[in-house]
Amino acid sequence: MSPVIIIAGKEVRDSIRNRWVVSATLLLAGLAFSLAFLGSAPTGGSAAEPLAVVVVSLASLTIFLVPLIALMLAYDALVGEAERGTLLLLLTYPVTKGQVLLGKFVGHLAVLSLAIVLGYGAAGVAVGMGTENVNAQSWQAFGALIGSSILLGGVFIAIAYLISAIVRERGAAAGIAIGIWLLCVVLYDMGLLGVLVATKGQIHENLFPWLLIANPTDIFRLFNLTAFDNVRTFSGLAGLSGQVKFSSTFLVFSLLTWMLLPLLGAVIVFRKREL
Amino acid sequence: MSDAICHVEAVVKHYPQHRALDGVSLTLPPGICVALLGHNGAGKTTLMKLLLGLTRPTAGRVTVLGQNPATAPLAFRRQIGFLPENVIFHDELTGIDTLTYYARLKGEARERCVQLLAQVGLAEAAKRRVKTYSKGMRQRLGLAQALLGQPRLLLLDEPTTGLDPMLRQEFYRIIQALRNQGVTVMLSSHLLTELEAQTDLAIILRAGKLVACGSLSALREQANLPVCLQVTTTDPEKVTQHLAGLAVAKPGTMGQAVFVCAVSGKMATLRRLALLGELVQDVEIQMPSLDDVYLHFGQDQEVNEA
Repeated sequence: MSPVIIIAGKEVRDSIRNRWVVSATLLLAGLAFSLAFLGSAPTGGSAAEPLAVVVVSLASLTIFLVPLIALMLAYDALVGEAERGTLLLLLTYPVTKGQVLLGKFVGHLAVLSLAIVLGYGAAGVAVGMGTENVNAQSWQAFGALIGSSILLGGVFIAIAYLISAIVRERGAAAGIAIGIWLLCVVLYDMGLLGVLVATKGQIHENLFPWLLIANPTDIFRLFNLTAFDNVRTFSGLAGLSGQVKFSSTFLVFSLLTWMLLPLLGAVIVFRKREL
Repeated sequence: MSDAICHVEAVVKHYPQHRALDGVSLTLPPGICVALLGHNGAGKTTLMKLLLGLTRPTAGRVTVLGQNPATAPLAFRRQIGFLPENVIFHDELTGIDTLTYYARLKGEARERCVQLLAQVGLAEAAKRRVKTYSKGMRQRLGLAQALLGQPRLLLLDEPTTGLDPMLRQEFYRIIQALRNQGVTVMLSSHLLTELEAQTDLAIILRAGKLVACGSLSALREQANLPVCLQVTTTDPEKVTQHLAGLAVAKPGTMGQAVFVCAVSGKMATLRRLALLGELVQDVEIQMPSLDDVYLHFGQDQEVNEA
């Protein structure tokens, strides 16, 4: 068996044993259910597209929660094992540093996917089954939400590894992880908004879309709120999507790049690091 | 020295903050048990890391099993077992699950893990979570992990900490059996007296330098530490006069006289004491212990560099 699979399996098993999977799933499911059933109050039970409304609210939830969960899951991947002494031991085994990191990535991504699919999936199915007028496109949008949430999680797992490979102490890694989360999820958009206000919206037409691509959470938002017509009408981003002309494929590709670059960076830093 | 297990040649290892090793050379033949001694920070762990290929030397050459450990193919690592100094295994997994994980990475079957756990006396605790293990049990789990595969070289960093005397004996019995199979074992420990009976070779590091390398009896001779004689007598002064020129008196307790003499002069002093007849009620001889030898090499700078 490949060392990558063995290490990934160990990560999954660890996360199941320490109740990580259960708590993340319950958290996501709990919030998804409350959004699905309480959040539909303003549109009423007879809204044309209840599932599309759920997609909009879940996308906003994901932007806050999934990066945080991913960072917390993965920030001590290397630095934690280094402190426990198991990293030193692992590297005396017939595995390369790249395999260690890739194995952990596959494992952590599997854990996060499990939580997202179970948590959101349950809420989605409950809403979809509860109403008759759900069309295929809403299901598609919902599937895309789950897929892109996993991708967003992957981005932040990779960023967490990069932190974990650079920093020498667990506490510092946790601090930086929280900082990155604040920056990407809260401060960046506030800053962007500030710039828009200060320039009276006269920010360069060609620059603005790229500023959104520079933040993975904004890519996620753009993707989910503009990819499907019926979602777009509920998201209030119809205006924006007219301005920002990125195809869905391009947005997915950008997220993938955001995932692979930090992962590659983490491998490079980890390889250079002396133990 | 083509059949040597490890060959270290003038190795220097600098870290940004300090010099961990400074010109160390040594050669280890197969099938011996080597004790690595030295203070904390003397370079013991760094030497082990170099042998494992976890770090590269700043200067000099390391050859293990005929290869450079830092660039050798991955299969090379199957032949080496390692027990780090402070290793904390994942608490939530059971002992057998933890060991199986490492076994898979070395391409070994679960059956071998059951066997190994029995060998280190953890058969009954195999299905318990590592969280419930005592320090000694964790240490034994670590040892079982090091024995996975068919190691030709075992590097054990402080392997006996946390083991009670019985387990320690059992530990050395396992080491002895491995040694008889031709496995080279290098272990660092602070419990010097127990190493005495178990090791063929002692290596003493001090501040990154190799200050002594040899069998313990050879080191003892080399150190030429004095023998201490504790004489129970009613008249310490008379005994002191009598031994003049052979042994030096040191302050003793009531009714006792303590004398110090060279190892070579021990018998002459004893014969002289015997001549005193009834005046000497009892004589106790204290040979220099391994601790003394270690202290001699580990601290006394002038003596060594002279």
